[in-house]
Amino acid sequence: MNGPQDIGGRHGFGPVRPEPDEPLFHAPWERRAMAMTIAVGATGQWTIDESRFARENRAPGAYYDMSYYQLWVTALAELMQHKGLVSASELESGQAEGKTSVAPLTADRVDAVLARGGPVDRDPGASQPAFAPGDSVRSRNLQGPSHIRLPGYARDKQGVIEAVHGYHVFPDTSAQGDRDTAHWLYAVRFPARALFGPSAGETDEVCVDLWEPYLDRA
Amino acid sequence: MPHDHHDHDDGSHLDDMTARVMALEKLLTDKGLVDPAALDRILDTYETQVGPRNGAEVVARAWTDPDFARWLEQDATAAIHSMGFGGRQGEHLTALFNTPERHNMVVCTLCSCYPWSVLGLPPVWYKSMPYRSRAVSEPRAVLAEFGLTLPEGTAIRVWDSTAEMRYLVIPMRPAGTEGWTAEKLVPLVTRDSMIGTGLALVPDTTGPDAEGQAA
Repeated sequence: MNGPQDIGGRHGFGPVRPEPDEPLFHAPWERRAMAMTIAVGATGQWTIDESRFARENRAPGAYYDMSYYQLWVTALAELMQHKGLVSASELESGQAEGKTSVAPLTADRVDAVLARGGPVDRDPGASQPAFAPGDSVRSRNLQGPSHIRLPGYARDKQGVIEAVHGYHVFPDTSAQGDRDTAHWLYAVRFPARALFGPSAGETDEVCVDLWEPYLDRA
Repeated sequence: MPHDHHDHDDGSHLDDMTARVMALEKLLTDKGLVDPAALDRILDTYETQVGPRNGAEVVARAWTDPDFARWLEQDATAAIHSMGFGGRQGEHLTALFNTPERHNMVVCTLCSCYPWSVLGLPPVWYKSMPYRSRAVSEPRAVLAEFGLTLPEGTAIRVWDSTAEMRYLVIPMRPAGTEGWTAEKLVPLVTRDSMIGTGLALVPDTTGPDAEGQAA
């Protein structure tokens, strides 16, 4: 979606402010918000792309007004409601109206779950990548309203295949709950000036990871 | 005016969030969706076990073990997993080797993708709008805000982490560390040097201990 998350190359956000000796969390609630998001996510009720879409799919003003973990908590509550794990009235009152049938992540399983992670490579079967390193490609001018991992600044631009990463789950369909559809994934190298004009460094480049359905041969 | 979203700047806002998150945790616990002890265990993992020290060990080994460096270049996922650094947000990895000709730098413009398994949780600036918006379009200005100015002839390659591939920058080994063991090199490898917003530290060759340090 052409949403508030797609900000590569946008102006107006001010300088980067590195924080010396930054703490991992800036408030105790951030700790619990982070852990809850991981714990409920580990119950397998949604894909990582569904959670990304839940965070980005909102009015720009609302997105920019939220801190990072505020956005996580807000999207977590929305996802749980959307999936029927909690009701609007439960979220409103804070009072549980019964137990869920979903098994929680228990403490004894945390280490194994975190160690396993969620690999997204899939067996390509007979599928072969359409492109090889060195091939010229042009990114498509895709403007769909749902989840996509082709940033606006890299649409309809000519680049070169830098690497073939493998056959990976496709975020556009994964964001709708489809855990199986996969496509070849490439690192595509663009000259910075092709993306950002003459003010960009002459020899600088930007590499973007793009799936085959985002690309045409050029 | 650029917004500044640090929660600790605003006490009432922080109190609202504290109350909201506490209520949500209680609700989810009562529903049976969350085991509070599991939350403690997750936090313990990222507060005490998984952090930039992991990545620094990978880099220091690459600096001292050419076979490992080659493996890292060809298959970073297998090479890094072989050191025991696997798991969430590190399932698929690529190592980017800095050279005098090319400096690599990593961003996620669309959200906050970051190699947790080797660097831990990302800092606020990495997840912030200023870094996400500008790292791709004006990396040199961004690096200047980190106090880093690259030599004229060094090209920058910015990697926008738009997939589940996670990137670890392998900074150049600092001069004056010839013959050092990997163990001795680890403290020179900063987190920012593995994101590409910094360089590895140069050993102090001017202080009273300089001879001992460089030995």
